[in-house]
Amino acid sequence: MKRIKTLETRDLCDSAKTGGCGECQTSCQSACKTSCGIANQQCEKTEK
Amino acid sequence: MIHRYTLDDLHIVLDVNSGSVHVVDEVAYDVIGLYDEGRTREEIIPALLEEYAGRDDVTKADLEDCCDDVEELKVQGKLFSPDTFEPLAGELKNRSAGVVKALCLHVAHTCNLNCSYCFASQGKYHGDRAVMSFEVGKQALDFLMDHSGTRRNLEVDFFGGEPLMNWQVVKDLVAYARSVEKARGKNFRFTLTTNGVLIDDDVIDFANREMHNVVLSLDGRKEVHDRFRVDYAGKGSWETIVPKFQKLVQARNNKGYYMRGTFTHHNPDFLEDIKVMLDLGFTELSMEPVVCAADDPSALTAEDRELVKRQYEDLARLMRARRQEGRPFTFYHYMIDLTGGPCVYKRLSGCGSGTEYMAVTPWGDLYPCHQFVGEEKFKLGDVWHGVTSPEVQEEFAACNVYARPECRGCWARLYCSGGCAANAYHATGSVKGVYEQGCDLFRKRMECAIALEAERTLGED
Repeated sequence: MKRIKTLETRDLCDSAKTGGCGECQTSCQSACKTSCGIANQQCEKTEK
Repeated sequence: MIHRYTLDDLHIVLDVNSGSVHVVDEVAYDVIGLYDEGRTREEIIPALLEEYAGRDDVTKADLEDCCDDVEELKVQGKLFSPDTFEPLAGELKNRSAGVVKALCLHVAHTCNLNCSYCFASQGKYHGDRAVMSFEVGKQALDFLMDHSGTRRNLEVDFFGGEPLMNWQVVKDLVAYARSVEKARGKNFRFTLTTNGVLIDDDVIDFANREMHNVVLSLDGRKEVHDRFRVDYAGKGSWETIVPKFQKLVQARNNKGYYMRGTFTHHNPDFLEDIKVMLDLGFTELSMEPVVCAADDPSALTAEDRELVKRQYEDLARLMRARRQEGRPFTFYHYMIDLTGGPCVYKRLSGCGSGTEYMAVTPWGDLYPCHQFVGEEKFKLGDVWHGVTSPEVQEEFAACNVYARPECRGCWARLYCSGGCAANAYHATGSVKGVYEQGCDLFRKRMECAIALEAERTLGED
């Protein structure tokens, strides 16, 4: 596409079929302790 | 829903529901914007031909191609994708009802610093000073293992007050967990959050062997840090702790830590504090806006928040420049993995406070998270009897992206998962409220994080 570059991203709709194992970190445990963000967390599911 | 924004010369379009990120030029930016307003291609093309009159590269045929591309992305589910997630909201929590995977252990409700901005009221959480016994801590770890179902990775944060004021108990609890984790099929990940005053060689050796992560409290510039982070004689702690932090971080090979600061009304120009941290040799950084009552003298004003937003942009520029110079650093809120980030269940289900994550007081009471400790009406139960106030837990279990009407119209909802229940409660009186001032800053952080990552990805290509 000439004017649009689409980055590779995890397809969230697709993740509805395979996700939800719950192994990932709780949201504010690692550093901030005063806000909630989940974007910086890693998925820990071994088979996606 | 889409969200369009520009940071410096980078035009970005996010497709909220699919998570797609598109980097576009200004023509495509306008085309997508007009589609978003409900305009048809028959309206869009003449409008943009007029707007870009005089530009040789913007022809009717070219705009036709651009419209084709947008419509193709829509067919692929990467633009204007519908929100089909509401039926899934809460499913992860329902599926894992009763499963706990993380505890914040308040091993010391006391502190050797007297920081007036402390949300925990100098570590006492509006109560009496206390330290956790080994027996209470062991029972908390047993409670966690007993209630963690099939979860393998268990997180435990040694928190306070100041956890190093009860260091032997911390060490004994880690030893206990290590002695049983294999047989129980678990993997403990410990975190230590400390103000640094009591760090010595023993703490460094032990923490670097056993702690998955250490969170070190430093506010940046000496005068900024020492404004709040003082001992009971009123003496600033910067001079004492900085060499200790440097020694600890160096000994753990500059990994697995966060230098965590708080900025307030007194230093909304927090980028200067980040630069000081960098000058001191620290590269894993987290700076947080103060959370306090609106009438507190430390609270950020509307004017401060505008400055803070500009600072977030400048921070992104500094990170870009340092990356290009081969001197990268990490800012906690700008870490984003576009290909390997959380699944949609996680993005919908909220932070997990009160369900999979709980805080434990020195005497073994359970609260939904560390920020609710001391709010008696939120007490969930204790580590011996488990959750004995199911009505409190149900309130937290019901928190998800769709629980707050305001979130439905927000493009960032799948990056924050509905926000912090404690901030919502303190700002509005309800855990299902919205802490709009925090949301405002969060959205700016996400714009910067995504722009930085997009730029990095394009640079690799």
